Order: sequence, then structure tokens, then C-alpha cells
Amino acid sequence: MTTANIHDWLSEHSDYLYRFALARLRDPHQAEDVVQETFIAAIKSPSFAEQSSPRTWLTGILKHKIIDVMRKSVREITASDLMSEEDGNMDDFFDETGHWMDAPQAWEIPDNALEQKQFLIILQNCMDKLPTKLATLFLMRDVHDTDNEEICKELNITTTNAWVMLYRARMGIRKCLEINWIGA
Amino acid sequence: MDCKQASQLISQSLDRSLSLRERIALRFHTYICEACRRFGQHLNTLRVALKRMSANVENDTNITMPSETKTRIAKSIESIVD
Repeated sequence: MTTANIHDWLSEHSDYLYRFALARLRDPHQAEDVVQETFIAAIKSPSFAEQSSPRTWLTGILKHKIIDVMRKSVREITASDLMSEEDGNMDDFFDETGHWMDAPQAWEIPDNALEQKQFLIILQNCMDKLPTKLATLFLMRDVHDTDNEEICKELNITTTNAWVMLYRARMGIRKCLEINWIGA
Repeated sequence: MDCKQASQLISQSLDRSLSLRERIALRFHTYICEACRRFGQHLNTLRVALKRMSANVENDTNITMPSETKTRIAKSIESIVD
């Protein structure tokens, strides 16, 4: 193991790893930090010199670092958050008879490239408005198809809590997107 | 079943298998309720759109890690190796 080949790894793989992390964490600083932690963990590992496919190996380490960050951001969930999310907060969406206050409108992802770009920007803004812990859980589940049980184990929450939070996240993003996209 | 309950089940159907009873009740509701039908379509649309967004980031080779960060990482690695 030499310093030279660490530098090779850094120049060959750091951009890839950075994009991988950014796609999942969405925060450039967090993404930089996990990539740094990944390289540090890599050179400390006894199996460092034996890796025939460094990128795959580094990505494996990175995935764990990303989960750690996600776990931290979701850890702040409290019992009262869940209680209010289960019922109280949904009053924004439904009237007392359980009907939609604003019924979902007809829309879909635009085909046209330019419109699609605008659509994704609005979606990005809506994700940013969502509380971090909800956005994180939502990304893990709906974007990266993390198994529900794995999420619950990783984040130390019950499956029922996960369903409630995912519901809350989907409701929030859908409504935000609808208001801003149709209104755009 | 009202729309509030239906929307909860629609969301949960993405995370677990609904019971036969739930599926029947939900199907009955969405058959008569256009708003909830749309809600279900939108949740699928959201998944597709977000996957696209995420893939765009992952595959966009114009996105690179800032060079200061690379230098910082190189230094911290050297300090460990030395």
C-alpha cells in the first residue's frame, strides 16, 4: 500500500463516489463528508491492498456511511411527532367527513424535455420543504427501493411508524408538487 | 371507507401487502372516487420522477467534487498513512 495509489484512487473514484452520495443525501457538504470518511475507512482497512475492484469496494463502504448519516437525521423522530402525524396534521388534507379538502388534480410527468426539467426543479424544491427526516425516509424507500424492514432496522423505528411517516411524506410532496406545477 | 382511509391504504400498498379485505374495500372506493384514483397514480409518478432526478445526479459527469475537498481528503489520508 503506497500513498501514490491512494492518490490514484482519489482521482479516479472521488467524483463518482461524490455523485453517488449526492444523489442519496442531496446535501453537498454531507456528500463530501461521507466520501472523506469512506477513503479514511478504506486505507485503515486491512484488506485495502487486496482490492481488485476498488470502485465496487469503496461504494460498499460509502453505502454504509450514507446509511449512518440518514440514521442520524431520522433519529430525532419523537413519539409526539408520530402522534400528531398520525392524525392531527392530516387535517390540512381532509375535512371532518374524511373527504379531500382539495381533490387531487389530473397531471403527469411532462414528455417535453424542457418542461420535464422544470417539473424536476419544482419537485426538488418540494423535497427541500419537507422536514429532513421525512425526506430521508422517503428517499430511502421510494427512490432507492430500500427494503421496508431494512429501513426500520437501520433507523430503529417500527414498521407502523414507517408507514405513517411515508404516508405523511408522500402526501406533503404530492400536494406541494401539484400546487406549484399546475400553478406554474 | 372514506378518502382519508383510502389514501392511507394506497400509500401503505407501496410498503406492504394489503389484506384481501383491504384490497377489496380499496378497489371499491377507487372505482367510484376519481380523486383517490389520481392520488394513487400520483404516488407512482412521484417515484418515477424522483428516480429520474436521482439518476440524473448520479450520471451527470459535470458534477464533480470540489477540488479543495479532494485536497483536504488527500491530506487527511496522508496524515494517517505517515
